[in-house]
Amino acid sequence: MGAFSYFPQTGEDIRTMLERIGVASLEDLYADVPADFIYKGEYDLPSALSEQQVRDFFEGLAAKNTRLKVFVGQGAYDHYTPAVIPYITSRSEFLTAYTPYQCEISQGTLRYIFEWQTMICRLTGLDCANASMYDGPTAAAEAVRMCVASTKKRKSVIVSARLLPHVIDTIQTYAKYAGINVVVSDNVAEDVAEGVLDLAGVIVPSINRFGIIESHLGLADLVHRMGALLVEYCDPSALAVVKSPAEWGADIAVGDGQSLGIPLCFGGPYVGFMACTSALMRKLPGRIVGQTTDASGKRCYVLTLQAREQHIRREKATSNICSNESLMALWCTVYLSLMGPEGMRKLNALCYEGSHYLHDALLATGKFKRFFADGEFLKEFCLTPLCDVAKLQQALLDAGYFAALQTEEGFVTFCVTEKYGRADLDRIVEIVKSI
Amino acid sequence: MKYYDKLIFELSKPGRTGYSLPETEQQLPKGIVWRETAPALPEVSEVDVVRHYTNLSQMNFGVDTGFYPLGSCTMKYNPKVNEEIAAMPAFTGLHPLQPASTVKGALEVLAGMDKALAAITGMKHFTFLPCAGAHGELTGLMLMREYHMSRGDLARTKVIVPDSAHGTNPASAAVCGLDIVVVKSKADGLVDVEALKALLGPDVAGIMLTNPNTLGLFERDIKEIAELVHGCGGLLYYDGANMNPLLGVVRPGDMGFDIMHLNLHKTFSTPHGGGGPGSGPVGVSDKVVPFLHIPHVSGFHGNFGVILRAYAYILMLGREHIKLAGKLATLGANYIKESLKDCYKLPIPTVCKHEFVFDGLLEDNGVSTLDVAKRLLDYGFHAPTIYFPLLFHQAIMIEPTETESLETLDAFIAVMRKIAEEAKSDPEMLHAAPHNTPIGRPDETTAARQPVLKYD
Repeated sequence: MGAFSYFPQTGEDIRTMLERIGVASLEDLYADVPADFIYKGEYDLPSALSEQQVRDFFEGLAAKNTRLKVFVGQGAYDHYTPAVIPYITSRSEFLTAYTPYQCEISQGTLRYIFEWQTMICRLTGLDCANASMYDGPTAAAEAVRMCVASTKKRKSVIVSARLLPHVIDTIQTYAKYAGINVVVSDNVAEDVAEGVLDLAGVIVPSINRFGIIESHLGLADLVHRMGALLVEYCDPSALAVVKSPAEWGADIAVGDGQSLGIPLCFGGPYVGFMACTSALMRKLPGRIVGQTTDASGKRCYVLTLQAREQHIRREKATSNICSNESLMALWCTVYLSLMGPEGMRKLNALCYEGSHYLHDALLATGKFKRFFADGEFLKEFCLTPLCDVAKLQQALLDAGYFAALQTEEGFVTFCVTEKYGRADLDRIVEIVKSI
Repeated sequence: MKYYDKLIFELSKPGRTGYSLPETEQQLPKGIVWRETAPALPEVSEVDVVRHYTNLSQMNFGVDTGFYPLGSCTMKYNPKVNEEIAAMPAFTGLHPLQPASTVKGALEVLAGMDKALAAITGMKHFTFLPCAGAHGELTGLMLMREYHMSRGDLARTKVIVPDSAHGTNPASAAVCGLDIVVVKSKADGLVDVEALKALLGPDVAGIMLTNPNTLGLFERDIKEIAELVHGCGGLLYYDGANMNPLLGVVRPGDMGFDIMHLNLHKTFSTPHGGGGPGSGPVGVSDKVVPFLHIPHVSGFHGNFGVILRAYAYILMLGREHIKLAGKLATLGANYIKESLKDCYKLPIPTVCKHEFVFDGLLEDNGVSTLDVAKRLLDYGFHAPTIYFPLLFHQAIMIEPTETESLETLDAFIAVMRKIAEEAKSDPEMLHAAPHNTPIGRPDETTAARQPVLKYD
């Protein structure tokens, strides 16, 4: 086998190095490994491909995917990605950097995390935020753990049944092994008022899985009277225009940054965010960046409050998280910088306009009935189908649309972002009429 | 690197915009669920954004800038073709809930990776849901618990972790509701098998090991350890953070491990991104396969974009080049070790694998490991992992990876020797290092005591 571009050692280099070490061969470096553990077979892998061949291979796989215009949300939203973002995030100084433990040569990473924390605080209205979590669902699961850790000995949480299914599943998975009792509730306020033994926390959506913007008026007071904490699961894009978790009185806000221009990418990488009141600051999981000065008085940024983290506290850490989704936090930070307050308002207005247009036009076809009597929506909505859903979905797919995803109860969901205009909406309505 | 002091908020000017959207006359409603005042996001132009973040990036060090001798972190080169493949619109445009008939290519990527990782590790199947190494550990421990629960074996609440283990091991065990029992290392740095025997019993769920361990030493008693742990009814978990020296040489499945994770952002060349995204797929042996689908640990299909990059890397390696990957990583580590052991204290002198640990300078003259690490930054190298593992007070943990040339290693060795000289001639200068970086040593005490975590 010839030379390989990722291995810079020549045969001569290898000989020089072996000589310095004082062994005869590369195999001798494994003399301490019991012989029967040295793999002697041929690895069941394809023969090495050249760069062109690798490209061709993936072009082949790509051709097996169907490119669709996406009119489904359910936790992954097809918003437009401004061209600036991938140029910034693919700068190798950001892309190929390690975790910023060596702050003197990591001020770029540390500063954008500080900006991200600030933006998350401004969107949620809360006091502090961490450097990121894996995704929204894991952030929600960590928030539940935080509630339990902050309310000594309490082990129950009420989880709204109107959260997205994958959020509930992830919370239940984390809770199962940690001995946390999860009550999935159709009526959160009622269940809190009735009293759940050992209630540590309550988690509710800002916008629920049917697309309705929820009112949490009075809920925080009720939850706090029970000695528990309130967590709100939010879409950060929508937070620019809907009431913030802090305004509802929430103690912790979590969600997925994906809606801030991160491509769908078959589910990841995305980025979880987490913010909380200052009272809970030292209970936050994961990395946090803080501002300080260097020896000469220059403003600078460092990873701080590290006594919460696994590399210091081991089993007593607030979480086991180490790697997070830093680069995706940069993605969102650049996005929010470009959009600004007016861009975010306008984007949400476009979503509102498109989704209401489609909602009303679909109702007018007579193939659906209204799903809810009251409640407002922003970009995602549900309808009750009066037609053959499977047939409708196939007709939409055939025309290049992913839309009308069915919920477990049999409703169909649609989501309209700023990305597609009136022509596509009208085309979808025509397809519905033809069913 | 030049110092640049702005935050994006400080560039803001009312009325300036960096977005481009279609026009609309639509207004949003008012009412109880709507926000009254817009969040105070920066108002900046597109050019402002591009220059600001470009300036920030120039205060950063990355693999493309220079060498990272960073123990247990495997900072190998990140191939560029992988980035282009991960950016293909036919992948980035896929919604995670699209019907299977429309994502056949993406599903083939996951199936292909499952097969390739099984071949490389000797495990049976993998789940790709975990988004990082620690997330993989947590998932793996959940699988360990599922295995015992399925057998009605509910008393197994303890997990054994060596004192040299990565901090994530005990933390993951705690998050998974398990009690941690620490097994000591012997003077030669390996797990004390006799001490382990005393800990085994019907309450043990399993053991978490990284092999080679964090001292870079192969746990040569692994066969006996596996027999003992299996003999008491427990399972063996392999922490894949140290998999690199075994890549193409030894398969964890053959050593008797039942569950393992891999760090695709270490062993399989995907970029660290300043702390993430990573990917931590978890592989299992036959007897754990039935439980693999149970833990729903993240939103959809894991970090698919990262998995794509790693798959491209594996296809470039192929069955031919993989045989050299681990060996060349081990070669580099031993070469550095042998070249510096006359100036740095080498507590364990045997052949190492991908990494090894010095315990400070031989003649320290009051110069600490922190001083050495900070001085390296002045010379254009990233610092090694320091003060870990906890077994030595002045630990300097060095891991070069197979993608570094002899010339790079020689340059690093020369600088490490120069620092050892500086420790004798000018220790004060080392205490104050670094001197050539955008900022000097920070006041971390104030940062922690009076936290400023956002811009006001």
